[in-house]
Amino acid sequence: MSAAAAVVALVQLVVVTALAPLLVGLMRQVRARSEGRVGAGLMQPWRDLRKLLAKDPVRAEGASWILVAAPVVLLASSLIVAALLPLVAAVPLPLVPNDLFVVVSLLLLGTVAVALLGLDSGTAFGGMGSSRHMTVAALVEPTVLVAVYALSVPVGSSTLALIVRARLQAPSLIAAPVSLIAVIALAIVVIAETGRLPVDNPATHLELTMIHEAMVLESSARDLAWLELGSWIRLASLLGLMGNLLAPWGVSTGAAPLSLVVGVVTLTVKLAVLGAGLSLGEVFMAKLRLFRVPELLAGSFVLAFLAVTASYLLA
Amino acid sequence: MTIRRLAGLIWRTGMIAEVAPPPPGLADTPSTVPAPLAGSLQLRHVDAGSCNGCEIEVSAAFGPVYDAERYGARLVASPRHADALLVTGVVTHNMAEPLRRTLEATPTPRMVLAVGDCARNCGVLAGGYGVAGAVSDIVDVDLEVHGCPPEPDEIVAALRRLTGR
Amino acid sequence: MSAVQAGLLAQAGLSGAAVVLALVLGTARARATACGTLCALSAGFGVLTGALAVSGRTGAVLVSMALPPGHLVLAPDRLGGVFVVVVSAVMCLVSVYAIGYARTGSTGSRTSWVALALFGLGMQMVPAAADLVAFLFAWELMAVASTALVLIDQARSPAVRSAALWYAAMTQLSFLLVVAGLSVLAASTGSDTFAVMSAGHLSGATASVAFVLLGLGFGTKAGVVPMHVWLPRAHAEAPSHVSAAMSAAMVTLGVYGLVLVCVRLLPAGPSWWGVTLVAFGALSALYGILQASVASDIKRLLAYSTTENVGLMVLALGSSVLLRASHAPAVAGVALVACLLLVVSHATFKVTLFLGAGSVLHATGERDLDRLGGLGPRMPVTATGFAVGSLAAAALPVSCGFVAEWTLLQALIHGARVQDRLVTVVMPLAVAVVALTAGLALLTFVKAFGIGFLARPRSDTAAGARESPAPMRVAMLAGAAVVVVLGLVPGPLGVALARSVGVRSVTTVGLGGLDLPVVGALLDPVALCLVAGVVALPVLVASLALARRHPSRSTVLAWGNGGARVSPRMQYTATSYAEPLMRVFDDALQPSRDVQVTHLAESRYLVERVEYRQHLGDVVEERVYRPVIRLAGRVGMAARHLQNGSIHRYLAYSFLALIAVLVAASL
Repeated sequence: MSAAAAVVALVQLVVVTALAPLLVGLMRQVRARSEGRVGAGLMQPWRDLRKLLAKDPVRAEGASWILVAAPVVLLASSLIVAALLPLVAAVPLPLVPNDLFVVVSLLLLGTVAVALLGLDSGTAFGGMGSSRHMTVAALVEPTVLVAVYALSVPVGSSTLALIVRARLQAPSLIAAPVSLIAVIALAIVVIAETGRLPVDNPATHLELTMIHEAMVLESSARDLAWLELGSWIRLASLLGLMGNLLAPWGVSTGAAPLSLVVGVVTLTVKLAVLGAGLSLGEVFMAKLRLFRVPELLAGSFVLAFLAVTASYLLA
Repeated sequence: MTIRRLAGLIWRTGMIAEVAPPPPGLADTPSTVPAPLAGSLQLRHVDAGSCNGCEIEVSAAFGPVYDAERYGARLVASPRHADALLVTGVVTHNMAEPLRRTLEATPTPRMVLAVGDCARNCGVLAGGYGVAGAVSDIVDVDLEVHGCPPEPDEIVAALRRLTGR
Repeated sequence: MSAVQAGLLAQAGLSGAAVVLALVLGTARARATACGTLCALSAGFGVLTGALAVSGRTGAVLVSMALPPGHLVLAPDRLGGVFVVVVSAVMCLVSVYAIGYARTGSTGSRTSWVALALFGLGMQMVPAAADLVAFLFAWELMAVASTALVLIDQARSPAVRSAALWYAAMTQLSFLLVVAGLSVLAASTGSDTFAVMSAGHLSGATASVAFVLLGLGFGTKAGVVPMHVWLPRAHAEAPSHVSAAMSAAMVTLGVYGLVLVCVRLLPAGPSWWGVTLVAFGALSALYGILQASVASDIKRLLAYSTTENVGLMVLALGSSVLLRASHAPAVAGVALVACLLLVVSHATFKVTLFLGAGSVLHATGERDLDRLGGLGPRMPVTATGFAVGSLAAAALPVSCGFVAEWTLLQALIHGARVQDRLVTVVMPLAVAVVALTAGLALLTFVKAFGIGFLARPRSDTAAGARESPAPMRVAMLAGAAVVVVLGLVPGPLGVALARSVGVRSVTTVGLGGLDLPVVGALLDPVALCLVAGVVALPVLVASLALARRHPSRSTVLAWGNGGARVSPRMQYTATSYAEPLMRVFDDALQPSRDVQVTHLAESRYLVERVEYRQHLGDVVEERVYRPVIRLAGRVGMAARHLQNGSIHRYLAYSFLALIAVLVAASL
């Protein structure tokens, strides 16, 4: 059992790392085509990464070890989450189950690392990005815990792999209204956590509108490469999780090679569909004013809480 | 504009970008362009004192019609993220030191692209009391684009020489 | 003589020796070294005694007194043993720290050391007390000694005297309520030993009255909202080692009182007890962390964080009581273990954080985060200790705070499966509250560590900071080490705590991990670290290889859009960091703002100066306590009319009183 789980985790790591830049490339392409442009191509993020790794970093005097360590921590935490979440297969590791709070805490470890990076730069922009980022993270955490809790109620366990398996075996769970409400709340959480519109604009150049970008203004070369890759892997993992919660068919329940291949193919399809959908939605949206974002997050919390109470009172 | 109207507009308009002209030959690539940059070029724009004519042409070059992004070039917010500085305008006294600092903040290997006649040789503003010099008087320039203002085609051709696509 | 007896006597003896030496020794340095070592040894014996009690050994020390009832009994049981260990460990670290900290000035005076020794002794004896008189005696010793300690710095500012007054009033109020509650219990069971009281099986109105009195009393001592108003004042104004002891140990004893009431003395409580505790716990947790997240005084931030953690402990205890009353004893046991895990983890990280704050105060003289910064390279050991403490306070892996919060969430999530309407409404609310406090705690401690220790110093005093003396460093590192070790191997700790309250269902699994088979959850931090190591290895190898091929270049300036200014004043401060949050929670915090615009004499259209003041007080204090105090003042002023100086009126009062007594006696 543990060897199978280890194989699955390794496969997930490799696949998600390979797919994440392609996902971002796809999202940029969809946006470009909507604007009537040709776009840089699916492989452009991989080209950008390769070029970044070949540059010499510039670091200011007085910058501490956090400038070097935070990108590694972010990337490592994103990789662990990608290995733990039920993306290709819903097989939990024996002593490290993909329990709700453990996964959320690992994501938050990466969030904190980037926030400290922003503060360490000693610039006003870094502090501003860090402050806004942590405010959003603080307001998102209750929603994510309560939304996954709502999804765990009909299943009886808060382990994500078991939740996905239960939805695979009983498709009626997916269409239940409480489940849909919880998934909508989770969707808003994913948008806020990964810094997409309408919470944050990843392509902005105006520092006063930045949340995530402001914290990485000081990073260059490989530090920037790890930060970018870490964010992309997070986006891919969370979108993959959303896809598996909405349409779990194709997720493998074991480590048999054929089922893993099927899992990889279906994961690619789900990521492509969700990524393209998200990007297309972003074309029609403008970024929310920063002080309207807590209203959006409070609304998603109310939805999640409604889902939890309804699932108990209706059961 | 409603979502429906915008969606209809996107659907009807389709592709705006013009067909890409043939790529520049290897002989046109400056010798200072390092190999790892092939295919991916992040640019930090610095306005050293221009009249904004060149900025409008640069905007057009990155717009839907000319679409410089399809060749791998992208504008970024911080010089720490950039490979090359895209400098427009003649260098005024107040912008000389910031220009040097921006270059200092860019990680190596890096290049400087001077766009427009003012950036090349001060153009019509040569001899002005606020002018410190052309860009090459302050920092080393790797590639120049002629014109006042240069056509977006020429700006895109220069970028393609840098990215190799 | 049993080992436990010997341990208790050793503690008392060593503390007594510390008191004597404090009075006798002349120089402050000699006093600090001698008394600090003796207090640390006494606390060390406390840890041993407590550990022996937890493992089941028994032993009693009887102290005879001239007054009735004749003797007081010190006999720690398993639950008491846990708290003896926690409190003694904290005192041990605090005493070692004080060797380096309390060497000069008023903190190193005779009064300070005598009070510290007595404070430590009192705290170590409270959980060991087996009867009412011993408990109350040790409690009051602790309260009086701590009041004296809060007053040590009183020459520094009037805020210290005000803090001591609030603290003294609230602590005596809590003492009164505890005496009243325990007296009700003693009267209805006919004995004053805890063993007999717990066998009494009280229920109905008497039990509820006792519960309310004891709940209020212990809640005041623990710092539960709305009785928390003394906490931020006293913990901020006391000397840092005293704040550490008060926050990590004394507040723990308030929680010990609540656990004693709910688990030992009145075990079969009805649901409304549980719901009350959950409600007050949730309120404390939310309010505490909200105030902490907008505080820029580092010690006030840590004090409000204590309120938050106490709220979580009370919430865990309340959910345990509620679940037990709803006939789900297995999950109730897990919730109780979560409460004890929160107690242990809070003690360890809070002592580390306060000792770190004390080190910063010692080095810079500053408590205001807005004037600190850049302390990481200047005080590396303090920074490490504070970082590890912050990690635990924010409940991030790998730390004991993470394990405790995980256990609590597991208990709440699985507790909601109980088929009871009340439980299914309360548990999701509790989960939502815990999640919100966890998120806000993240922001608070990123702010505290990031603004205080990273980037550049915001004042000259911060720029001139130097690392603290060796005893302080040793204490901080020891605290940080305990936080990490308990976070890596929580299994043995969880099992020991479960055994102490009679819960059988918690076991160790894997490499020292914690297994909760009742709720079907397990956590093995060592395995998680191994997975993390395997995953991070390629990244590290790649980074090292790239560092060799593409070495980094150092430049003077951070990127500030090409400008020359790198003034540290342009960095974000703690106040600005929390500003978005303050806007979101404006109604709950109610800051008062004042803007004064001074115009130029020549023209009203031109501004010479703008002054902006923002004051963030405690809402509960301003809305609840101040009106009560004003009312009491008015009643007092009105009552003065009774005393108009006329002897005839006074004689008439005595005559009326005599008539009233004669009438009452005849009835």
